[in-house]
Amino acid sequence: MRGSAYIWKRIVFAVVTVFVALTLNFILFRVLPGGPVSQISRVPNASPALKQALTAQFGLDKPLWEQYLLYLQQTFRGNFGVSYMNRQPVLDNLIEAFSNTIPMVAAGTILALTLGVVVGVISAVRRGSMTDHLSTNIAVLFYAFPTQFLGMMLLIIFAGVLPSAGMNDPFAIGGSGWDTFLDALKHMVLPVTTLALTLYAENALIVRSAMLETLGEDYILTAKAKGVPRRRLIRAHALRNAMLPIVTMVAMSLGAVVTGSILIEVIFSWPGIGRALYTAVLKRDYPMLQGGFLAITVVVITFNLIADLIYYKLDPRITT
Amino acid sequence: MTLSLPGAAAPEAETRLGFWPVLNDVLHQPSALAGLAIVTVFVLLGLISPLIEPYSVHEATCAVFEPPSWQHWFGCDDGGIDVFSLVLRGGRISMIVGVIATFIAIGIGATVGILSGYFGGWVDTVLMRITDYFLVIPQIVLMIVIAAVWGPSLSHVIIVIGALMWTSTARLIRAQVKSLRERVYVKRVEALGASHFHIIIRHILPQIGPLLVANTVLAITVAIFNETALAFLGLSDPTAITWGTIMEHAFDRAAVSSGAWWAIVPAGVAVAVLIMGCYMLGRSIEDGLNPRLKVSYLSLHGWKLRPLVGRGPDAI
Repeated sequence: MRGSAYIWKRIVFAVVTVFVALTLNFILFRVLPGGPVSQISRVPNASPALKQALTAQFGLDKPLWEQYLLYLQQTFRGNFGVSYMNRQPVLDNLIEAFSNTIPMVAAGTILALTLGVVVGVISAVRRGSMTDHLSTNIAVLFYAFPTQFLGMMLLIIFAGVLPSAGMNDPFAIGGSGWDTFLDALKHMVLPVTTLALTLYAENALIVRSAMLETLGEDYILTAKAKGVPRRRLIRAHALRNAMLPIVTMVAMSLGAVVTGSILIEVIFSWPGIGRALYTAVLKRDYPMLQGGFLAITVVVITFNLIADLIYYKLDPRITT
Repeated sequence: MTLSLPGAAAPEAETRLGFWPVLNDVLHQPSALAGLAIVTVFVLLGLISPLIEPYSVHEATCAVFEPPSWQHWFGCDDGGIDVFSLVLRGGRISMIVGVIATFIAIGIGATVGILSGYFGGWVDTVLMRITDYFLVIPQIVLMIVIAAVWGPSLSHVIIVIGALMWTSTARLIRAQVKSLRERVYVKRVEALGASHFHIIIRHILPQIGPLLVANTVLAITVAIFNETALAFLGLSDPTAITWGTIMEHAFDRAAVSSGAWWAIVPAGVAVAVLIMGCYMLGRSIEDGLNPRLKVSYLSLHGWKLRPLVGRGPDAI
């Protein structure tokens, strides 16, 4: 019973957070300088009459709370406005951008997680050895390089060997499905590598310290005294219990995934959500910026909720 | 083998966590020393950079994308400006941005953490709710939105980074203060009639001091990262010279396609080395505060038991 109460609490929290994000989104673009009215009236030679007409047309003469309700209503209907740039509904732009981002980010994150757990466990188990020092220092080094720097270096090194921009070759027409797939895969190599390299380091360091913490527990000593084989000790006794902090940390590092993917998409001209945000900033495409912020926030909140639920599954004792 | 109840031994061991003993302990580790050395060198270079810049950072002194040579150690950028001078000057501003933003963040984080950990009750509930929301909302995206709406400027970047980065500090400090609050000596001082202010300043702050230092050093890495990311996306002051804008200009002006790695590498490596220094220093202090990490029952070097009392050389 207490378990389901916990789950409900997390869901309510997620929903409230989405509302906070919605409200932030509403306030930010109105309270800060450069709000909608000044944007609209930036037309050269805008007459006061035009300004007034525009203000009325967009409902900006209504009281703020009414605007807020209107905004919520439209958002829930999936109306995020129309992009200034390509005159498409923002929602369509977002869906397209997300569908491009997901394969790249998913591949990079999974690669980074696998690498991080393997490297972290090995260096925790061989603590103080040469392997540990080497792999920890390499991880710190990759952690320390800015994402955009790693991306640009890979671009310079592999320019010509691997495709450097976009998701597929725009001139490849008439190839078979297999060729198209291979082409897409080749285009993914550099962005995915960059993302994995920047993320694995943090994961490895987290896994290492979580493992060290569990390896110092008394039940490990007991298990060892009982004669549990080393491999089983590491996997079933230590790693299993180290999973809890790892899950939390991975969920917390989602922000880093988002940041990393924005920079990577800009560098490799990947037409995903990060690049959409970037161009929205450059072109001052406010509806797109608003929609992108909201969409990313909702995704991150959802993943955080999933992490919370996994956490519960791993450790049913938690109720707060 | 003697056994003692961990619950009984722990408080005694932890009351020794004064500010100076811990720092003294930590500074005997090689990685902490290396980190401290790196940070010191960078700070010194930043301080004297106007004196040692070999060339002007505003006027062209060589050809466009001239490769490194004896005259120009790191080559030249797209405008014929000496990259070595640029990186020196950029470091100065990047570090100032990083440090100010970090102080804002740590200031807010420590205040929120201490208040909610010390007073508990509804103060705790309200503050932690706010922290939770800030924790979940992707910060860099919010930074991008705010910086975009506000307009590109260095002071905006500092404020945005500082005002959004405090959440993890708040959580950490809260947990620490909450446990300190229950210690006998705090209860005793309270019973003697000390004011809340006095207790926080004299008895709580010194105890969380090392943790705050570690957190500050680690937060500087995040702040400098965020600065380079925001600058790379064109949201920093385009005329300011920072490591972020150096990389952004190089990317924007085709350093990648012309293979001019020397326009990118020095700034990127400078960021990486400084961040490694900060990370090693911060991590050593943090690890020094957590004696549990010193024991592993799987360690290669045979058996080692967690010390029952004391830390470092005088552990029993």
